[in-house]
Amino acid sequence: MELTKEEESALKGEEGEVLELAYRILVATGEAINADRLVPIHWAHLSGVNYNTIGDAGEEFLSKLSKDAKVQVKTTVNPMGFDIDTVSDYKLDDDFIKKQQSISDSYKKIGAIPSFSCIPYEIFDLPQKNTQVSFAESNAAIYANSIAQLKTNKESAFSALASALTGKSPYSDLRKEESDIPNLTIQMKVKNSNELTYGLLGYFAGKIAGSSVRISGANNLDKRSCKALCGGMGTSGQCGKFVLDDNYNQSEKIDFDNKEMQNIYDELNTTDSGDLVVFGSPQLGLDEISDLSLMLKGRSFKKRCMIFCPRTIQQQAFDLGYTNTLKRAGCEMLFDCCTCLTPLIDKDDVDGVITNSIKGAYYLKNSNDVKVNLKPLSQIIDDETKW
Amino acid sequence: MVEKVIVKGKARGKILKSKIPINFLGAVDKKTGIIRDNKHDLFQKSIKDTILVFPYGVGSSVGAYTIYSLKSNNSAPHAMICQKADLTVASGCALANIPLVIVTQKEYNSIKNGEEISLDTESKTL
Repeated sequence: MELTKEEESALKGEEGEVLELAYRILVATGEAINADRLVPIHWAHLSGVNYNTIGDAGEEFLSKLSKDAKVQVKTTVNPMGFDIDTVSDYKLDDDFIKKQQSISDSYKKIGAIPSFSCIPYEIFDLPQKNTQVSFAESNAAIYANSIAQLKTNKESAFSALASALTGKSPYSDLRKEESDIPNLTIQMKVKNSNELTYGLLGYFAGKIAGSSVRISGANNLDKRSCKALCGGMGTSGQCGKFVLDDNYNQSEKIDFDNKEMQNIYDELNTTDSGDLVVFGSPQLGLDEISDLSLMLKGRSFKKRCMIFCPRTIQQQAFDLGYTNTLKRAGCEMLFDCCTCLTPLIDKDDVDGVITNSIKGAYYLKNSNDVKVNLKPLSQIIDDETKW
Repeated sequence: MVEKVIVKGKARGKILKSKIPINFLGAVDKKTGIIRDNKHDLFQKSIKDTILVFPYGVGSSVGAYTIYSLKSNNSAPHAMICQKADLTVASGCALANIPLVIVTQKEYNSIKNGEEISLDTESKTL
């Protein structure tokens, strides 16, 4: 990768330790993704905020970094481990809370906006078409490239952090205007699809696709299905972009049919019942909260139900009456955190989680050791609520 | 042959080779280095002090922190050898100073599990 004189000198440590570290990361990632240079970016979205995921090593690293580091561009952050307003309702130890607060303070100190959301594309105004950004959260990177018409690598926690600190990122194929034409098309053959089907499709696609993929037979996706597709895809693979397109003569084709769907379902669905319903991962935005509260009017859950949302919608959800409806239905609304790697769901307290989230299912199974029953939202409402 | 050096360095150790990509966040215990994804071919094996050979990293971007944590907890591999480079593993190894190289398909296929090898990115040799 070619560096400018200024970049070279920063890499050598002449501009201080923080920039030396940032350029070391950018150079390694640039090599990894075959970039020939760095380009300016205008928004960085960081992962690595939840103490549950980054642990003591991560907390100490950020605390040290925050003494000197400052972000150079607009920087937003992923969910953390809990909602401070309700954390006392969950049995979380003080050490966890203390360490999480330290991480949150470090991010604020370097100048990040404390958004604590995995759906930055839904809660912030989107910059104009083709703007270069650096999104680490995998569902957000895929959404940015595929739906929001922005340009990002499928960044890692450190490459996005390095981008935030330098305002630059490696110029890979995903960032180029007309390049990266997918050489694989996945033909959606499942009929009567819903957000669960699209989450499974995303997980399937992520497993077999390269850096981008074309999907045919999946037009007019609603936001819920779209987010599920991005979430599923980000969980299983390296793929950073999909194109919804039915014109595909020049590429390899693979069908996603009922059999393939069942295979993925069987990999992620580990029980046929559960005692806790969970929505989120990605977090639910205002549209989905509105849908959910409409579906739940006059109904209530027979089991505990947790809903994960960004803090930015808290006031609006309250003002529009959704919070009230959801509370009456027995839901616990949690802000600033998400299903994915939450410490709030403990295997000792829960027999099984019922959810429509593929991403949530993967991490509940692998990180929380919790069994998961996957169902679409409509079926969860039918099975798990009463009038 | 080493095709590409992503993170420089020298290392020696026993090869632990996997056929399946690794999602460091979730699949690897960041304290012990033990693989805990029961669908993975390295399930219950420890990657600590090995030369870890795997196709490439997948999944969560926070996996980079897992690699850094493994190093801080003295549970990291001495080096990693991949078939394809990816951002998460590259940036994690860069921060943790774990040598990382990409090898040719032929070389990758010839690497045997359990072999003791040394890696030197300077001379690009295994």
